[in-house]
Amino acid sequence: MTDAATDMPEKAPAQTAHGSLLSESPLMKKRNAAEARFKMYGIVAITFGLAFLIFLTFSILRNGIPAFTHTVVNVEFTLTQEQFDEAESKMLKTAAYTDIFVTNITETFQQDGLDVAFDADTIERLLGKVGGNLREFYRENPDQIGQPVTFELSAASRVERYLQGKLTRDMVVDGRFLEAADLDVVDAMVDAGIIGSAFDWNFITGTDTGVDNPGGAGIGVSVIGSFFMMLIVLLLSLPIGVAASIYLEEFAPKNRWTDLIEVNISNLAAVPSIVFGILGLAVFIQFAHLPQSAPLVGGLVLTLMTLPTIVISTRASLKSVPPSIRDAALGVGASKMQSVFHHVLPLAMPGILTGTIIGLAQALGETAPLLLIGMVGYVAREYPDGIASGLLDPNSAMPAQIYTWAARSDEAFFEKAWGGIIILMIFLLTMNIIAIILRRKFERRW
Amino acid sequence: MSNTLILLIVLVIGVLGFFAGRARAMAAAGGDRRNLHSLPNYYGANTALNAIVPAGIALAVWLIVQPFVINNTVSGMIDQEAIAEGSSLGLIMSDVRRVAEGLDVAVAEGAMTEETAADMRTEFTDVRERLAEVGVALGSGVTSETLQAAQRYREMAWTGNWLKTLVVIAISIGGLALTWRLITRDYRARNVVEKGVLSVLILAASIAILTTVGIVFSLIFNTYEFFKLYPAADFFFGLNWSPSFSGRGQSSQLGILPLLWGTLYISLIALLVAVPIGLFSAIYLSEYASKSVRAIAKPMLEVLAGIPTIVYGLFALLTVGPLLVGVFGEGGALGVTWMSGGTAVMTAGLVMGMMLIPFVSSLSDDIINAVPQAMRDGSLGLGATHSETVRKVILPAALPGIVGAILLAASRAIGETMIVVLGAGAAARLSLNPFDAMTTVTAKIVSQLTGDSDFSSPVALVAFALGISLFVVTLGLNIFALYIVRKYREQYE
Repeated sequence: MTDAATDMPEKAPAQTAHGSLLSESPLMKKRNAAEARFKMYGIVAITFGLAFLIFLTFSILRNGIPAFTHTVVNVEFTLTQEQFDEAESKMLKTAAYTDIFVTNITETFQQDGLDVAFDADTIERLLGKVGGNLREFYRENPDQIGQPVTFELSAASRVERYLQGKLTRDMVVDGRFLEAADLDVVDAMVDAGIIGSAFDWNFITGTDTGVDNPGGAGIGVSVIGSFFMMLIVLLLSLPIGVAASIYLEEFAPKNRWTDLIEVNISNLAAVPSIVFGILGLAVFIQFAHLPQSAPLVGGLVLTLMTLPTIVISTRASLKSVPPSIRDAALGVGASKMQSVFHHVLPLAMPGILTGTIIGLAQALGETAPLLLIGMVGYVAREYPDGIASGLLDPNSAMPAQIYTWAARSDEAFFEKAWGGIIILMIFLLTMNIIAIILRRKFERRW
Repeated sequence: MSNTLILLIVLVIGVLGFFAGRARAMAAAGGDRRNLHSLPNYYGANTALNAIVPAGIALAVWLIVQPFVINNTVSGMIDQEAIAEGSSLGLIMSDVRRVAEGLDVAVAEGAMTEETAADMRTEFTDVRERLAEVGVALGSGVTSETLQAAQRYREMAWTGNWLKTLVVIAISIGGLALTWRLITRDYRARNVVEKGVLSVLILAASIAILTTVGIVFSLIFNTYEFFKLYPAADFFFGLNWSPSFSGRGQSSQLGILPLLWGTLYISLIALLVAVPIGLFSAIYLSEYASKSVRAIAKPMLEVLAGIPTIVYGLFALLTVGPLLVGVFGEGGALGVTWMSGGTAVMTAGLVMGMMLIPFVSSLSDDIINAVPQAMRDGSLGLGATHSETVRKVILPAALPGIVGAILLAASRAIGETMIVVLGAGAAARLSLNPFDAMTTVTAKIVSQLTGDSDFSSPVALVAFALGISLFVVTLGLNIFALYIVRKYREQYE
C-alpha cells in the first residue's frame, strides 16, 4: 500500500489554491501512475494464468500427438506359388518367410542403387516378427499369391525414436533390441522412401503390454475399466445423492442430526482424495474382502467421493425451483411427497443431470485413490468378457494407466502417457460440453 | 437355496402382493376409486413393500448372524488343550472352513456322495488326497478332530440355509397377508407408503455420516495397531524417515517431521505462485475487466481447476522438471548447480501453484463481488482513484473471506497427491534448498500402501498414521476456512 493515498491530506493545502482541472499536479501524476501500475498487475496476473493454460495445452498436444501415429515400412511384395509351397514345406516356416522378405527388400534397395547388408535378425529387431505376419496373411488370402501386395509393417519403437532424433547413434548399445549397424538399414529405408507414418489404431483399441514393448501398448482396456467404474458411480451416486438432497432440502427438520449431516457433507467434499483411497483399502479390501484392482471397488470408492459433489449441486437446483410450484401442488391436494416427486423433482432434473455429469468427469480423472486399491501396476492385457468379469476382474483405469506408463523407466512409454492424457481430456471435454449444453438448453429462470 | 433365488422369490411375492392389494382395495371401494382414501396404486405398493422389506431385512440379518452362531458352536467342539504350539483357534477354524468348503466342492462335482462326505473318517480315508482330486489344495493333513468339526460345520450350514429359506419366505408371505387383510376403503395406504419412502431418503442422507465414520474408524483402528508396534513419540517427533522393509520394522525409523516439512515447503511455494496471481486476477476481473474480457478469461482460468491432477503430475515430471534443470541445474542457463534432478520441491510447487490459481481467483472473485456497491461509490465519490478504492476499501472489507479462500487452497495443496508423487521425488529430507527432491505425507502414503505389503508390519501401517494426520490437518483447515467465509458472508447479507 503506497504513499499516494496517505499523503493526500497534508499536501493538499500546500498546493496553489486550486489546481487546474486541465493540468496534472505532481501528486495526481503519482496517483494516476499508481493506478496504471495496479491495473497492469491485474493484466499481468491474468496473462500469467492464461499463459500457463496455453503452455500446458501445448505441451500435452506436442508430446501426445506422436502416440497416435506409428512409423511403418511400406513394402511391395510378391510371393510366387513356388515360394509359398517351398516355405510351407520347411520346418521353420516363419523363418522361411522372413528369408523371402529379406531377399525381396534387398532387391528393392538394389533397384534404388543402395547397397546395405542385413539379415533376418536385423529385420526382426527393426520390424518385429515379419515372417509370422506374412505367413498369416497368405494363409488367409491364398488368392493373393503371385500378385504384388503392399504390406504396412510397423517399425519398432526404437526405430521410431531414432527417426524422431530422440535416439542418436552414440546412444545405441548393441543388444537384443537394437544394434548400431541396424541404423544403416533404417537410413537406407529412408532413402528408398519406404518409411512413412500411419495412424495407430492399436493405441486406442489395444491392450497394455509389458515393460519391453512400448510400441504395442494401447489404452483400450483401461478405457473399458474406467467405463465400468463410471457405471458403478452413476448407478449408486445419482439415486443416493438425489435421495439425500431431497431429504435435506425438502423434509429435514432443523435439528442436531440434520446439522451434523450438512456439516459432514461439506467437509467430505474437501477431504483429500487419497484419504478415500485409504478408506477403500481398509473397508472394501481389508474388511469386506472384495477383489483388489477390481473396477467394482474403484467405483465404490469414487462413489463416496462424488456423492458430496452431487448432493451440493442437486440441493442448489432443488432450491432454485420456486416455492410457488410447491404451494400450487399442495393447494390442489397433493401430499408433500407427491408435490416433491411429481413437480419439484422433474423441474430440477436438468440441473441435477448437469451436476452429475460434472461429478462423473471429476471422478473419471481421479487417480490417487486408485493407486491404493491396486489399479496401478496391474498390466491390463485382456479385455473383460462380460459385465461380471468387467466389474470383478482386475483391470486398470485411464488415469491409472497413464500413471503406470509414466512410472516405467523406458522413456518410450512417456509418449504413450501423453497420448493417454489426450484421450482422457477428450472424454472430460465431451462430458463438460454435454453438461454445458444441457444447462443452456434446459435452464429456466423463474 | 441360493440367496439370489430367495431374493427373487421374495420379489415375485412382492409383485403378486401389489396386484392383490390393489384388487382388494378396488373391491372394497365397490369398483369406484373415488371411495378410497388413497389412490389404488398406493394400496398395492403398501402390500408389496410389506411383503418385501421385512423379509429382506430378515435375510440380511440372517446372513450376518449365521456364520457367528456356527463358528461359536463348532469352535466349542475343538479341545483347547489340543491346539498345537504356534497355532491358534483362529487358524484351526480357518482349516475347518477350508475342509468344509472342499467337501462342498467335492459333492457338487460328484466326486463323493453326500453320505460319504458326512460319514468320512480320517482313520479310513486320506481326506487331503480326496480333496486334492477335485482341485482343493489343503496346507496340511486333516486331523480327525478338524474333519469332525468340518462335518458338523457343513451340517449346521445346511440346516441353517433351509431354515433361512423357510423363515424369509414365511415372513414375506406373512407380511403380504397381514397388510392385505388390513385393507379397507378408509385404510390410509398413502401415508404408510410415504413414511416408507421418507425413511429411504433419511437412510440415503445418512450415508454421508457413514462415510465419515468409516474413514475415521478405518484410520483410527489401523493407527492404533501401528502405535502398538511403533512408539507414537518417535512417529510424531522423529527427524528421520527410513523405512526398512526387511527388518519387520525394528530398524525402521518412521518420523513424520521430514514428510511434514516437505509437504509444507511445497504448499508454501504453491501458495506463493497461486495467491498473487489468483488474487490480482480476481481483482482485475471483478473491478476492471469489461464484460467480454470477463466472459472469456474467467471460464478459461477455471479450466485449470477441471484438469485432472494426473495431467499436472505428468506435466511436472516431464516438462517443468527438465525445464528447471535446464535453468538451475549443472550446465544450465544460469551456470549454477543448485538442482541435480528434475523432481524437486520447486517443480511440484510451481505446478501445484498453477493448479490452485482458479481456487484462489474464483473464491476471491465471489467475495469481492459481495462487497456492497455503496462502499465503492462512497470511496470513488470522495475522489479516490479506482486502485485506491480497491486497496483501501474493498480489500480490507473482503480480507476475512480472502483469507478463508487462501486457507481452502492451502488445505487443497496439503492433500494433493499426484503432483507430488510424480514431481517431488521420493527422498525424505530436511533441507532448505527448494531445488532438492523432498517427499510429502501423501506421496509416502502411496508408496507405503502400494504393492503387496501385509497389514501387520509397521512399514505398511504407518500409512494409516500418516493418513489420520493428513485428515486432521486438512479437516481443521477446512472447518476454520468455512467458518471464516460464512461469518464474512453473513456480515453483508
